[in-house]
Amino acid sequence: MSIERTKGAPVTRLYAFLLAFLLCSVALIARAVNLQVMETDFLQGQGEARFMRELEVPTRRGNILDRAGEPLAVSTPVDSVWVHPGELLQAPENIAPLARVLEADAEEIERRLNQRSGREFVWLRRRLHPDDAARIEALDLPGVYLQKEYRRFYPAGEVAAHIIGFTNIDDVGQEGLELTYNDWLQGKPGLKRVVRDRLGRTVEHSELLREAEHGHDLTLTIDRRLQYLAYRELKRTVLKHGARSGSVVLLDIASGEVLAMANQPAFNPNQPNMDNDGLRNRAVTDVFEPGSVMKPFAVAAALEIGMVTPDTPIDTTPGTINVSGHTISDHRNYGPIDVTRIITKSSNVGATKLALEMDAEQLWSVYDRFGFGEVTGIGFPGESAGVLRNHRRWRRVEQATLSYGYGLSVTALQLASAFAALSDEGRMRRPSLILGANNPAVSIMDPVVARQVAAMMETVTGPEGTGKNARITNYRVSGKTGTSRKASAAGYASRYIATFAGMAPSSDPRLVAIVTINDPSAGEYYGGLVAAPLFSTIMGGALRLMDIPPDDYLDSLVQIKTPEGVLPGDAAEGEAVDGGVQ
Amino acid sequence: MNVRLLIVIVMLLAVIGSSLGVVYTRHESRQLAVELGELENQRDDVIAEWSRLQLEQAWLADASSVESKARDQLGMGTPENPHILVVKP
Repeated sequence: MSIERTKGAPVTRLYAFLLAFLLCSVALIARAVNLQVMETDFLQGQGEARFMRELEVPTRRGNILDRAGEPLAVSTPVDSVWVHPGELLQAPENIAPLARVLEADAEEIERRLNQRSGREFVWLRRRLHPDDAARIEALDLPGVYLQKEYRRFYPAGEVAAHIIGFTNIDDVGQEGLELTYNDWLQGKPGLKRVVRDRLGRTVEHSELLREAEHGHDLTLTIDRRLQYLAYRELKRTVLKHGARSGSVVLLDIASGEVLAMANQPAFNPNQPNMDNDGLRNRAVTDVFEPGSVMKPFAVAAALEIGMVTPDTPIDTTPGTINVSGHTISDHRNYGPIDVTRIITKSSNVGATKLALEMDAEQLWSVYDRFGFGEVTGIGFPGESAGVLRNHRRWRRVEQATLSYGYGLSVTALQLASAFAALSDEGRMRRPSLILGANNPAVSIMDPVVARQVAAMMETVTGPEGTGKNARITNYRVSGKTGTSRKASAAGYASRYIATFAGMAPSSDPRLVAIVTINDPSAGEYYGGLVAAPLFSTIMGGALRLMDIPPDDYLDSLVQIKTPEGVLPGDAAEGEAVDGGVQ
Repeated sequence: MNVRLLIVIVMLLAVIGSSLGVVYTRHESRQLAVELGELENQRDDVIAEWSRLQLEQAWLADASSVESKARDQLGMGTPENPHILVVKP
């Protein structure tokens, strides 16, 4: 019996053990199935996270080029230095050589790092000079790292600063075309998933999550040479006359393209100062009362309805006229003159008489068609529309003053666009800054009238005109001077805006330029004395640089080109040939 | 029976062969990826160099420095009227 009992006990234990092992293995299998089948996604993800990385594919901001492809804004990679505070602070003696390279205070850096010792990433200095970056790399300190970042450079500096604008430290446009075309220039960074080996090298591109979209280049209509010329001469004039500010706009008539647009004061886009008064592109954002440069449009309104012809006599005696209790006066008494001489002499009385004889709506309609009171649509941030009130709300005296450019406000760009339309036989185009923009012309005036007005404007630079200083050697020039008093809280102050609007060559106008000088304080303030000489310099240079043939020269200067070569004219016996026509 | 065994052996060899192939192409693709990465870096360096050269050229060709060189060092100027000739075709 005892044997049976001893026999029975081990069997029971055996089964018990077997059962225990079975349970264990069932548990193991269940767990394995659970891991392999149920939680496989999670675990695989965790495993991949150890060697799979999602990397941003960086994009470069597009360049901004001038019309000839010369760079005006270029992004180039530079190094920024960052530190891992914990790693660097383990050897604080390393801070001193680092501070020497950065020309910074070592204690200050150490204090900053101690404050941020819990972090893993602290910028030390962004966008280093390449030489400094090389020196830091040579130091090879633990916990100090270099990171490539793009920095934007503006080789033209302040010359084109207002048009181009600038970007902030994160490469986002803040002003000017950098702001308007930010999306186009910036591109979109891509994203790729890669497998990295133990050394951090990318060994496998497993998939491209998002294609990188590189920034596009932007080609402007600006000509760098003309821009430089306009800027340099404007700066010189503003300094010479002690003016507060000034703008120049140079437009290609046939295409509406802006060839140059310069302003004073200016700023350095490579180190912009955000609260600088010079940041504004005044030619587009600032409005002023244009004064007499509006007279050609008022005369055009009178010609258009057949009220007068260029030869119709107008009596401006005695040089003043009374309109609803206000006295409008001329510079002096011009007596009986014809319509053309209203422009030549810039007669306020003559313009007033024309304006009061027509319907207010007619005058308004011409101004409106030439784009006053509306944005030009050039696509520049902060463009002003100016002010042109509807004719239904004009008082009689306003109708008079509007004819010589008071009671409305305009931008220099609006004037440029309006005069371009006038000199292109009444074809209006939207001005553009981007090369290749399609600017269809809209006919807004009878070509005959436009030609008549343009011909009147040529007399302004003639022997009796107000704009003799705008003349250019060997070219015929048309234009109009303007001198307007600045409105202030206490009425019109004895501060002035000198303006000249003109086009050349008159036989077939190719370029139009607007010059405005705000508040010249060194004595002279007439448009014909302050703005016209600047117009002459800029337009003269532009005609030469654009290879536009002269249309007014002495016959003695002419050479005849024959198949054998060039025959010198009579007066040009040999001596002068090396200069040629530049 | 023999035919089936043969098929099994052939299949086995094919499996071994293709797995070796997989290992080989994996390796090759990783090598190529490393090479691609290096080439991309090279391309970025070349682009960076190009932008630096563009900037340098723009600075050297800066209108104001060209003008001062032309006027002061070379004694150049804008021709005045008796020296200007109009060439007519």
